[in-house]
Amino acid sequence: MRQFFRVAWIVMRKDLTVEVRSREILYTTVFFAVSCVLVFAFALVREGRPMDDAAAGILWIAIAFAGTLGLGRTFERERHTETLRALMLAPSDRPAIYVGKLLGVLALLAIVEAVLVPLVALLFDAPFARSPLWLVALLAAGTTGFASVGTLFAAMLVRARSRDVLLPVLLYPITIPVIIAGVRGTAALLQTTPDEPMARFWAALLVFFDVVFVTLSLWTFEPLMTE
Amino acid sequence: MSFDFDELVFADVSRNFGRRRALTRVNLTCHAGQIVGLLGPNGAGKSTLLAIASTLLAPSSGEVRYGAATGRDAGPGLRSRLGLLGHDLYLYPELTARENLQFFARLYGLNDVDATVARALDRAGLAERADDVVSGFSRGMRQRLALERALLHGPRLLLLDEPFTGLDDTSGQALVARLRGLRDQRRIVLVATHDLDLAEGLLDRVAVLRDGRLLAVDDSSASLRERYRETITSAAAR
Amino acid sequence: MKRTFAPLMLVAMVLFAAAPLMVANAPYEASMGLVQKIFYYHVPSAMVMFLSAFVCGIASAVFLFKRSAAADRWAVAAGELTVAFGLIVLVTGPLWARKAWGVWWQWDARLTMSLLLWMIFVAYLIVRRYGGAGSEKLAAAMALFGMANVPFVYVSVNYWRTIHPKTSVVSTLAPGMRGPFWFCALSFVLLYGLLLVARRRLEEQRYQVEQLHLALDD
Repeated sequence: MRQFFRVAWIVMRKDLTVEVRSREILYTTVFFAVSCVLVFAFALVREGRPMDDAAAGILWIAIAFAGTLGLGRTFERERHTETLRALMLAPSDRPAIYVGKLLGVLALLAIVEAVLVPLVALLFDAPFARSPLWLVALLAAGTTGFASVGTLFAAMLVRARSRDVLLPVLLYPITIPVIIAGVRGTAALLQTTPDEPMARFWAALLVFFDVVFVTLSLWTFEPLMTE
Repeated sequence: MSFDFDELVFADVSRNFGRRRALTRVNLTCHAGQIVGLLGPNGAGKSTLLAIASTLLAPSSGEVRYGAATGRDAGPGLRSRLGLLGHDLYLYPELTARENLQFFARLYGLNDVDATVARALDRAGLAERADDVVSGFSRGMRQRLALERALLHGPRLLLLDEPFTGLDDTSGQALVARLRGLRDQRRIVLVATHDLDLAEGLLDRVAVLRDGRLLAVDDSSASLRERYRETITSAAAR
Repeated sequence: MKRTFAPLMLVAMVLFAAAPLMVANAPYEASMGLVQKIFYYHVPSAMVMFLSAFVCGIASAVFLFKRSAAADRWAVAAGELTVAFGLIVLVTGPLWARKAWGVWWQWDARLTMSLLLWMIFVAYLIVRRYGGAGSEKLAAAMALFGMANVPFVYVSVNYWRTIHPKTSVVSTLAPGMRGPFWFCALSFVLLYGLLLVARRRLEEQRYQVEQLHLALDD
């Protein structure tokens, strides 16, 4: 068990080190997320007033789109140097490699969200600060759900044809419950009196989703990555 | 978990991708203290055979035996005794030479990481460039580093896919010397190569592949180029 | 299996010939009148679609974990049928909605769920077709994840649609409607079973041709 987390930690540290050197994926993903928000702002704001619940929706859509992009880029890097093969060759527990990659993706998305939340709050006059703890819980659980399935799919697609378009094609239908839960939960928090029981319900659903899909991903990682 | 073997056996190994037969019933044995060469034209199946030997690919039929264990039982124990130097060197260009080696040493759970890495850097002749980022290295330097990476954990079986590609004469000779040294340490070395000149005098056993079939296995010491040409042309004439 | 196929096919054809008669003789539903009768095809199709999704998911799991190529053949047959019956659901649903409530689509919880499940299995087929070599495994993962997703889709879409969900409707059928409904349900399930077996057989024959092709090279 300690071995498992040690390997995951090593893989994550390597990913973060590589990223810190160039910061390419970080900057491009954050900027992409910001552009997303702007596009949606122009689409959904009329006469200076956003539609109801637009803030919650836009936040989660931007996370989903930026997440997909970040996932694709992260694994494209591994594909380019075929280093994923070297990782699979190592005498370590294969699912530990999955966890390491997942942690790296979560770190990237955490930074993206740290930029997005204040931005959306500012542009849409959305009172995110009213229930910060529930918001963080929703974001954490939702991002984990999205990233867990995303990391598995992105890894398994590394050697596939048309992998760029296949990742969203596969990922979005599966993660729609995450989007629904995230948006409805966040919208509940943005009402004049934050509806915390509702947020709690959605957060609980997200946690269930995380448990089920992280487990499924751990089980299927090795069969999927070996031929 | 200490697992070791002194023989690599391909028993009737076949592999197909859909309708395309990549390998057809390959039978080959490699012993410890031997350098076995896989020769053949492009598309002969050399890389596929190496991938199967490394457990990254499963054969469609037949099996690979590592001593008494089969490839199907492959687990962490077996993988810790294998080293693969692929065509794409498996190095992270954004990391330094030292960091690359450290990462793999830690991943393989080796003790005394710093000492092992230092020794490997010395053997690769990269001690002065240890803290330079790999993307700035020449092909020869990367090759040397990648070879040391494949050898970090002291594998019994070393698989090399076209290791002489892009190497200048000096580096090529150095690699030949290194492989001889490994043979003397009673490791099993399986090399796929095009480079008949460098392989001359290096290979103890020569296996010639063409269109997925093993045409000949030869232990004689006659000129490599002659033997190869003869085998390929007689196969074409058939 | 082969000997029973033809007689069962005959039975299915008879059932489908009789179905319109049964449906025509069924009582009219109070508020919607004639239009409601599309439900006799719509709901059984939905039942079959969900059944097929589970068959595909389970076969995919067996394929992934036991590396059983035979399981993959069942999976692809079930996957295609999920999409086919799903299409029937998604066409009959809006037709019914338009006539009954005036709009083609109003994000009704059940139809939305069906749409999501349908999309997951369309993605399954897309990956198989365009994913290149080895895409059967990737598709199997998609089917497995899709099947695991069904409860989450159910809960999230229901609560997304309305904070206080209504109780389900199908269990309260008028007595005269139950006969035709279960008759149609049975015919659909029988038809599904036959199509599944036939499609799987086709896939198996494809595999055998491939094996023969490979054997030529030996």
